[in-house]
Amino acid sequence: MEFFDFYRKDRWPHQFCPGCGLGTVMNSLYKAFSDLNMDLKNTVFVSGIGCTGRVPGYINGDSVHTTHGRPIAFATGIKLARPDLNVVVISGDGDLFAIGGNHIIHAARRNVDIKVIAVNNATYGLTGGQLAPTTPHNMITTTSPYGNKEHPFALSELVAAAGANYVARWTTAHPNQLVNSIKTALTTPGFTFVEVISQCPVNFGRRNKMGDPVYHLRWIKDHSIPLSKVTFDMKSPFDFMDIDFKGIYTIGEFVKRDRAPYGKTIETENNILRPPKE
Amino acid sequence: MLSPGRYFLSGNVAVAEASLLAGCRFYSGYPITPSSEIMEHMAARMEKEGGVFIQTEDEISAIAAAIGAGMTGTKSMTATSGPGFSLMQENIGYAAMTETPVVIVDVMRGGPSTGQVTIVAQGDVMQARFGSHGDYENIVLSANSVQELIDLTIRAFNLSVMFRNPVILLSDAELARMIEKVEISKDIENVDFNQVKIPDVPEFRPLGRGNKLAITGLTHDERGYPITTDVNVHRTLVTRLVNKIKNNEKMISDVEIINPEAKNIIVSYGISSRAAYPILKKRRDVGLFRPRTLWPFPESKAKDVFEDKNIITVEMNLRGYDLEVERVARKYGSKNFRNIKIIGGEVPTPKHIMEVLEVN
Ligand SMILES: Cc1ncc(C[n+]2csc(CCOP(=O)(O)OP(=O)(O)O)c2C)c(N)n1
Repeated sequence: MEFFDFYRKDRWPHQFCPGCGLGTVMNSLYKAFSDLNMDLKNTVFVSGIGCTGRVPGYINGDSVHTTHGRPIAFATGIKLARPDLNVVVISGDGDLFAIGGNHIIHAARRNVDIKVIAVNNATYGLTGGQLAPTTPHNMITTTSPYGNKEHPFALSELVAAAGANYVARWTTAHPNQLVNSIKTALTTPGFTFVEVISQCPVNFGRRNKMGDPVYHLRWIKDHSIPLSKVTFDMKSPFDFMDIDFKGIYTIGEFVKRDRAPYGKTIETENNILRPPKE
Repeated sequence: MLSPGRYFLSGNVAVAEASLLAGCRFYSGYPITPSSEIMEHMAARMEKEGGVFIQTEDEISAIAAAIGAGMTGTKSMTATSGPGFSLMQENIGYAAMTETPVVIVDVMRGGPSTGQVTIVAQGDVMQARFGSHGDYENIVLSANSVQELIDLTIRAFNLSVMFRNPVILLSDAELARMIEKVEISKDIENVDFNQVKIPDVPEFRPLGRGNKLAITGLTHDERGYPITTDVNVHRTLVTRLVNKIKNNEKMISDVEIINPEAKNIIVSYGISSRAAYPILKKRRDVGLFRPRTLWPFPESKAKDVFEDKNIITVEMNLRGYDLEVERVARKYGSKNFRNIKIIGGEVPTPKHIMEVLEVN
C-alpha cells in the first residue's frame, strides 16, 4: 500500500504545524497498516477533538470525528454493533484523559475490543497550548504562566492498571518501536493502547525553551529510558512522569495479557413475556 | 419479541418492548429514576433478540455509543431522565449535525437539578427541542397512555431513520409506572434505512461497508470534509438540516383534535392532557388540541383549530409549551390565553380546567 492509498490525497496539505510530531505518528500508522496488509475497508477510525483528532479525517477509509473527549464511547458503540470491524481510536492526551478520562478507564476495564493511539504532546495543541493533565510539573503553558503547580498523569500506567490487554509507550523519537507496538496493538484482541510522547514545538515547546522541533525531539529522546533499565530507586512509576527537566519518560511495553474481550453473555432465544393464555 | 395480542404493561416496559418490535438492536444506558426499568428490561431482553445491551459509565457515553451504533445502520436507543438528559445534549447536537438516526427516551421528572427524583413533571419540553447549542431541529414526540408509548416508540424509530435525525420520545414518571391494557398490532410497519426518499435528506450510508465515509461534527461539505470558515458551506448545510424537518412538518405532525369548532380549546400533551377528556364529554363548547408531535410544532394542523379561540394550555411546568402555543395562536387571531401550570407532582384534574372555564 502506497502512502496515498492510506491517506486521502484530496485533503492535502494537512493542517499540522511545521515540526509537529503528528507527521511521525501518521507515518507510523501507515507503516503498521501497510506491514500488516490490513484492509481499510474493515476499519473505522474514530477521534475526538484536537489536533490529533484531525488525523482520521486524512485517512482513506471510514473516519468518525466525534465530540471532545468522547471518541472511546462512540467507538464502543461502533464496535459492539459491528464486531467484525477493526475500530481504531486516535486522539490527544487532553481529549482522552481530561474531558474523556472516565471513558478510557472504563473501556479498559471492560476490555472492549478497540485499539487506542494516544498522542501525548503534554498540552492542548489545538486550542493554543493550555495546561493539560499531562503537562509536566513546573512547565509553562498559557493557563499556567508561572509554571504548572500540578503533577501529570502517567497515562500508560493508568490504562494498564485499568485492565487493558496491551499497553506500550514510545515517543516520536522511537519510530521503529512505535510501528511495532501499533502492529501488536492492532493484532491483540481486547482493549489495547499505545501512547506516543510527541513534540508540539509551536504551542508547547516555544514557551519552554524548546521551540526548535529538533531540539524538542532530542529533549524527548534524552528523557526517555526503557522500562528494562528502570531501577528500584526510581520508586513508583508515577515519579517517572514527574518531569521538571530532570525527570524521565519510561518507554516500552507495560502490559501484555489475554483477558477475554467484552462480548455478549446470552445466545439463546427465550421470550420472558408471552401473551396470556386464552 | 412480543407477539400480537393484548397485554397489561407498565409504561417503561412498554417502551422497551416496543423498541424491540421497532427493530432496535442496540441499547446503551445509565441507570436513573424513573427511567431505569426501561434499561433493566432491555438488559433482560436485548441479547435474546440478538442485539447489544451495554451499561455505560455515564449518560454522555450512553448517547455516544448509541449514535456510534446508529452510524453502522443499527437502530439504537438510550433512555434517561432529567439530569441524564442534560448530559446528553452536546451529543444530540452531534447526531443532528452528522445526520445519524438515534432514539432518546426522556422519562420526565421534577427539576431543575436532582429535583423530585420519583415525581412526574413536564419541565423538559423546551430542552427537548432547544437543549443543544446552535441551529438544529429535533423531532419530539409525547405520549399520554401506555398504548401511545408503544405506538410512538415505533414511530420514533421510523422518523429517525426517515429523516436521519435524532428523535426524542417524552414519557414521564407517571406513565412510566402506570400499568394499562395495550394491544400489540399484527401489522407493525418498520421503515428501513433509505426506504423512504425525502427531499433534503441525503442517502444514509453506514460505516464499515467500504464507503470511505468522512463523518464530522464540524461544518462540512457533501463529502463530509470539514470547511469551517466558508459562509456558504455553513449556510447551505445548516439551512438544509433545519429545513428537512421544518418543511416536512405536515408529514411529521400528529395531533389528536376533538371538537375543533368549540370556542374554548384546551391545548395539552402527555399525562396532563388526560384531565381534558371528562370535560369534553360534557361540554360541546370545549375542544382539545393534543400534539403527539410537540416539535416541529404542528402548525399546519393548528391553523383551523386556533382561529379566534379562547386557548387554555395545561401542562406541568412554569414555562414551556404555552410560549409556542401562544405564538402560533396569535398568528391565527386568538387573543384570550389562560395557562394552567401545575408543578410539584400534582397531575392536572378536570377540576383545575373547570375552574378556569367557569371564570369565562
Ligand atoms: C466540550 C468541549 N470543550 C472544549 C473544547 C475545546 N477544545 C478543543 S480541542 C481541546 C484540547 C485538545 O487537546 P488534546 O486532546 O491534547 O489534543 P491536541 O490538540 O494536543 O492534539 C479543547 C479544550 C471543545 N471542542 N469541546
